[in-house]
Amino acid sequence: MINFVMPDLYPASAEIFILVMACVLLLVDLFAGKGRRWLAYLMAQLTLAGCFGITFITMDGQGVTTFSNMFVDDLFADFLKLALYPAVAIMLVYSRAYLAARNLDRGEFYLLVLFATLGMMVMISASHFVTVYLGLELLALSMYALVAIDRDSVRATEAAMKYFVLGSMASGLLLYGMSMVYGAVGTLEIAEMGQRIALGGGNKTVLVFGLVFVIAGLAFKLGVVPFHMWIPDVYHGAPTAVTLLLGSAPKLAAFAITLRVLVTGLAELAEHWQVMLMILAALSIALGNLAAIAQRNLKRMLAYSAISHMGFMLLGVLSGIVGGDPRFTLNAYSSAMFYAIAYVLMSLGAFGMILLLSRAGFEAEDIDDFKGLNRRSPWFAAIMMILMFSMAGVPFFVGFFAKFAVLQAVVAANQVWLAVFAVLFSLVGAFYYLRVVKVMYFDAPTDTAPIEAPRDMRILLSINGLAVAFVGLLPEGVLKYSIYATYTFLLGS
Amino acid sequence: MSGLPLLSLAIWLPILGGLLVLATGSDRNAGLARPLALAVAVAGFLVTLPLYIGFDLTTSAMQFTELRQWIPRFNIHYSLGVDGISVLFILLNSFITPLVVLAGWKVIGEKVAQYMAAFLIMSGLMNGIFSALDAVLFYVFFEASLIPMYIIIGAWGGPNRVYAAFKFFLYTLLGSLLMLVALIWLFFQSGFSFSLLDWHAMKIPLTAQIWLFLAFLVAFAVKVPMWPVHTWLPDAHVEAPTGGSVVLAAIMLKLGAYGFLRFSLPIAPDASRELAWLMIALSLIAVVYIGFVALVQSDMKKLIAYSSISHMGFVTLGFFIFNQLGVEGALVQMISHGFVSGAMFLCVGVLYDRVHSRQIADYGGVVHTMPKFAAFMVLFAMANSGLPATSGFVGEFMVILGAVKHNFWIGFAAATTLILGAAYTLWMVKRVLFGAVANHHVAELADINAREFAILGILALCVLGMGLYPLPFTEVMHASVDNLLQHVAASKF
Repeated sequence: MINFVMPDLYPASAEIFILVMACVLLLVDLFAGKGRRWLAYLMAQLTLAGCFGITFITMDGQGVTTFSNMFVDDLFADFLKLALYPAVAIMLVYSRAYLAARNLDRGEFYLLVLFATLGMMVMISASHFVTVYLGLELLALSMYALVAIDRDSVRATEAAMKYFVLGSMASGLLLYGMSMVYGAVGTLEIAEMGQRIALGGGNKTVLVFGLVFVIAGLAFKLGVVPFHMWIPDVYHGAPTAVTLLLGSAPKLAAFAITLRVLVTGLAELAEHWQVMLMILAALSIALGNLAAIAQRNLKRMLAYSAISHMGFMLLGVLSGIVGGDPRFTLNAYSSAMFYAIAYVLMSLGAFGMILLLSRAGFEAEDIDDFKGLNRRSPWFAAIMMILMFSMAGVPFFVGFFAKFAVLQAVVAANQVWLAVFAVLFSLVGAFYYLRVVKVMYFDAPTDTAPIEAPRDMRILLSINGLAVAFVGLLPEGVLKYSIYATYTFLLGS
Repeated sequence: MSGLPLLSLAIWLPILGGLLVLATGSDRNAGLARPLALAVAVAGFLVTLPLYIGFDLTTSAMQFTELRQWIPRFNIHYSLGVDGISVLFILLNSFITPLVVLAGWKVIGEKVAQYMAAFLIMSGLMNGIFSALDAVLFYVFFEASLIPMYIIIGAWGGPNRVYAAFKFFLYTLLGSLLMLVALIWLFFQSGFSFSLLDWHAMKIPLTAQIWLFLAFLVAFAVKVPMWPVHTWLPDAHVEAPTGGSVVLAAIMLKLGAYGFLRFSLPIAPDASRELAWLMIALSLIAVVYIGFVALVQSDMKKLIAYSSISHMGFVTLGFFIFNQLGVEGALVQMISHGFVSGAMFLCVGVLYDRVHSRQIADYGGVVHTMPKFAAFMVLFAMANSGLPATSGFVGEFMVILGAVKHNFWIGFAAATTLILGAAYTLWMVKRVLFGAVANHHVAELADINAREFAILGILALCVLGMGLYPLPFTEVMHASVDNLLQHVAASKF
């Protein structure tokens, strides 16, 4: 008799739910006619709400692993997922009118979004190299299709092609690195790997060799220099609704796997990956901010700004272990997590603004399309101003405390010069954010069409903008939330 | 009276009032926005009066303190308090705000609510800077105050306003970002405290003190502004609307000087003494060289801007000769300069509103058509050149006495300002006010109306009052300055 043990499904109930719902959506969409497109939208939103409920209810302090230790459900995962669902749901609200105006609001779109979300959830809960890879590919394949969902757009097709080719290569690199690590320590399970390496298992040369490839793969997914080439083109080429998805929630998932792989699995190699991350971070901050200055297209500008923001987040990840001393790990990783959450919040708002000003046959994606927004709509000009100043790291907005948290982690790790480098390039960054404020407030409008976004989007976007200001005034709640999450994460590793 | 959180009121009343003014919306409601703004500004001034009335002259300790936890994660407190050094600036700031609102009453016809709101919010933020006793709180206010000023210069400024607004923002941001790194470094050195009073008592090795001093120097020297980082100021002044220039000269420049007293001197006293030669040299260059630069200006606003730099050089000189006369003289000079430079810019504003030119060459013989105005302008010009019985004399004379006490030749060089200041101010007044009526614009000038008379009249009373009887100003600062000087004299490493 084969001894078959049913795995514990409870920790993965949210993932199972979303998978089932995605399949139901596929079926429903088949029978719903053209007139019932709202059904797919509604189902996707309900699914996300359901996931939120399930994750919230099943959340407890203990980290539980299941599927032969391939899948972990700890507070870290739960907290990140609880941030992930709203991010995707907000993205759906923002994109609805935009997609409808372009006839893209088909069932596939929502289906792919749900699959991408599932991919991200799997990534966040991955405790095994195979799960990491599975989640990553599920996300990536859904995203390739989403980028190309506007079949008639040459630019989108080109972007999807580029994304696919480079993405596959990055996945290959990651797999190669993982196989090297496996060859050295003989396990793919991340926690087990960490223990074996700590006990002196594995050939260091092979491990470091594998590490280089793993880092390259992760860096591609995070989109940091020199693995950033796809970011501007894909952000620019994809329909803005997809850019919004691409530029927000996946950053949380990428952050989660970075931490799981590097800290839980390869902490013993910290002195090696810290140097690599330092180079990646410094290059990203420099190049992202410098290249953003030259952009006339807001989507491209935000793409380069995303590169620099991810570099900033990596600063937090690399300051955790100082010369083998893990005293500051909690401080550093929770700061990086706070940064990731803050970035997602700002990024949602900024791309949401592009969607707000777009209408049928018109993409408000040039910086000049924001000219004189203060005259057209003082309220949304103020929201955009909040978002831009927040991204530039000016108080009282959340971006300031995100930068502050990461900078203090860097200084705690005795890397004062790195902090000085980072702030000097934030100064460069301030320039292009200020330019957006400039066109909104100092220039006369060229486009005088009324803003015709639906009410739910207006309200949500306003809340989004105000949240950036509110969390900036009182950041303690989110800071605590990242501390708890990181604390349980570190306990488990 | 003591039960009320007066400092919080002084900060948040104008800010919330400003948001309320903003809510009146478009220019159709300008008739509502103006009186509302004035009411808020006056109320903002009235709540600061008890700070002076209830001020305890006998102690150098912080008064009217408020302490609440703000961000426990980083041990950041909402900690407010004033001593003899800061209380006067809060009063000055709250006093200038209603005048600025009045000055923009008729001239600003577009986006009135936003204009008024920007000034009110800025006034609240600057009160925050002067009363913050927590470094992060200070920093947050310090940087947030850039936003309204950026908008004011850029949205209501002159032809080259965009350039000036960017230059203003980026210059100031450069300095403050480096200071942020220094603050974070101090946080770790002091055992996780951001309290300024803790930092004042903390021991720091000399090399570290020098680095800190330099980081603070960049931040505050830009703000003061000291030679050679002063170049943003003439641009900002020339392009800003009258109200913007007034606030810039009267309050914003004082932030830098105040920073020296609150940060540089008490936190790094040994470095301050080590580097006093540098500060004195830079100050003297500002006094003498910039004085000559002012002499050759053809634009009235530029001339007053350079005169401001020169006068602020006097202030920094007073700080770094480390005696009671010097520091108190510098403080008196700051208050006096707040009245005088504000009044000078208002005078230029009065002329500009009528003729739309700031060029000295476009005027001549204004006294024939605007006798009341001419009387005021002559008075303020006299104060600007330091005539006895005006407020300008008191501070300058004290600093010169202090400087002579320190070193005769420094005093001698500083005293040249009495000649230079008189030369450039009076020469300008001569060319603008006196002589024959230059052209038909001047011939058609109407004298100042009741509103302008009231604004200039109030300032004239202040200038004369302070010149004749400066005791109410100096007695407030004695205890705190004494304490500061003892603190600076003691070695800290």
